[in-house]
Amino acid sequence: MSSAILAIELAYWQQTVLRALLGLVAVLLPAGTLVYLFLFKMMSFMQSRLGPMETGPYGSLQLLAEVGKFLQKEDLIPAAADRVVFKLAPFVVLISTFLLVLVIPAGPDLWFIDIDTGIFLALAVSSISVIGILMAGWASASKYSLIGGLRAAGQLVAYELPLVLAVMGVVIQAGTLNVQGIVMAQASGEIFGWGGIGNPFILTQFVGFAIFLIAVQAELTQPPFDMPVAESELVTGYLTEYSGLRFLMFFIGEFATAGIFSALAATMFLGGWYVPGLDPTDNLFNVIGPLVLIGKMVLVAFLIFWFRFTYPRFREDQLQQLAWKFLIPLSLVNIVATGVLKVVF
Amino acid sequence: MSTSTLFAATSGFDSLTGGEVMVAQNIAFAIMAVTMLVSAVRMVTTRNVVHAALYLVIVLAGAAGIFILLGAEFVGVTQVMVYIGAIVVLFLFGIMLTKGSFGDDDGVDGERRSMAAMVGALVLAVMAAALIDTFRDAELSRAQPSLTADIGDLIFSQYIVPFEAISVLLLAALIGAIVVARGD
Repeated sequence: MSSAILAIELAYWQQTVLRALLGLVAVLLPAGTLVYLFLFKMMSFMQSRLGPMETGPYGSLQLLAEVGKFLQKEDLIPAAADRVVFKLAPFVVLISTFLLVLVIPAGPDLWFIDIDTGIFLALAVSSISVIGILMAGWASASKYSLIGGLRAAGQLVAYELPLVLAVMGVVIQAGTLNVQGIVMAQASGEIFGWGGIGNPFILTQFVGFAIFLIAVQAELTQPPFDMPVAESELVTGYLTEYSGLRFLMFFIGEFATAGIFSALAATMFLGGWYVPGLDPTDNLFNVIGPLVLIGKMVLVAFLIFWFRFTYPRFREDQLQQLAWKFLIPLSLVNIVATGVLKVVF
Repeated sequence: MSTSTLFAATSGFDSLTGGEVMVAQNIAFAIMAVTMLVSAVRMVTTRNVVHAALYLVIVLAGAAGIFILLGAEFVGVTQVMVYIGAIVVLFLFGIMLTKGSFGDDDGVDGERRSMAAMVGALVLAVMAAALIDTFRDAELSRAQPSLTADIGDLIFSQYIVPFEAISVLLLAALIGAIVVARGD
């Protein structure tokens, strides 16, 4: 049956429309999944409570109720705010999220764009969100927002370096920046001549995986790296003046980015849409690939949210020291080691 | 859409030399060029420094788009990473840390306008002369966009000396910045 679906040939504009719709799904679906599964349920269970239970079975429709609530709220803009910049800021953050999802393949023929610079493009567009956050912080004309925006920018710039450097090890090992190429390199890899499970890069790049997850946590400004939105001192930082739909856009942006970064980590370190034992060019993967990828994404996201609900907040100086004095040197050592081993073997 | 299709749809640049005219590519170029020009003019005429930095983002994004249109994918993405993701963020960071007032800045009066215009015209003339002289007869490869691996090979073989020189220059700038910031 899968081949019948895959035999359909679409015109270019039909593909484009389909890709745009699927892009929307690929951003909203992970965001919704993560919010319900982890923010509503897992956090509640960790704190010995049930979480939302009233709306739908086990509170599963709570998400729709929340969205409805935000849509009804008044779109407030502070009187002193820079109105245009204030209104544009959430869109800039969402643009970054939507561009980020494009590079992740979900099967041998299932991709939005299959470009040579793949992972480099993902890292480049993820840095656009910093501008949106700075715009939000500045345009709100509020000191809490401004301080929150500055803290966020300082943190995001500092943790972008370990993020990029952690990916570098994977790129060296796979020998390509193309994301599909990285998946294929893992699928066709061998562990000391044994190709039974391919060679998921988490085995050889575990240091890179750990650094990547820590950096992602900081990029998402989640606890323990949530100084930019520290509610006890800054209200909610750059989000303070936002309400209704615009707040919802920031919120979706945050959780969608969490999902997409998890999917990216799953693709780079856990083999992406590939499951061992099958031929990676099998048409079957165009059908089960997305499900496998979502499964692995939820697994990585579980780690991210586990840290989020477990650790207390860093102090600002500890946060910067962790990035500059520990993570960056460690990732540089990782790159050197990977390069040497690549040449030796 | 793979890059090869993107590139196939965008390789109308040699339409001047007798090839077929690529409509989609020309429209995309026109939109980006006009957006860049308008933003560039707004950037130097606005009195609000933060707005100027944000207009600069649009100009740089347009430049990245044109690089990708020309099949120089790696250069385009680097443009986004370095200029939008790092340099403009640094600009905004600096402005917001130091600027006392909110809104329009009366200090921005452009009193050195004629000087700036002269420098701008000179840079334009030198760049245009150098670029036209170098690439007058060059034709873009229609087969595929330039591959990152090829760029890497070129940088570390043919262009190794300029590459190392730039590295040393950047290192010197880095050390210089630290010395100036320490103040002793």
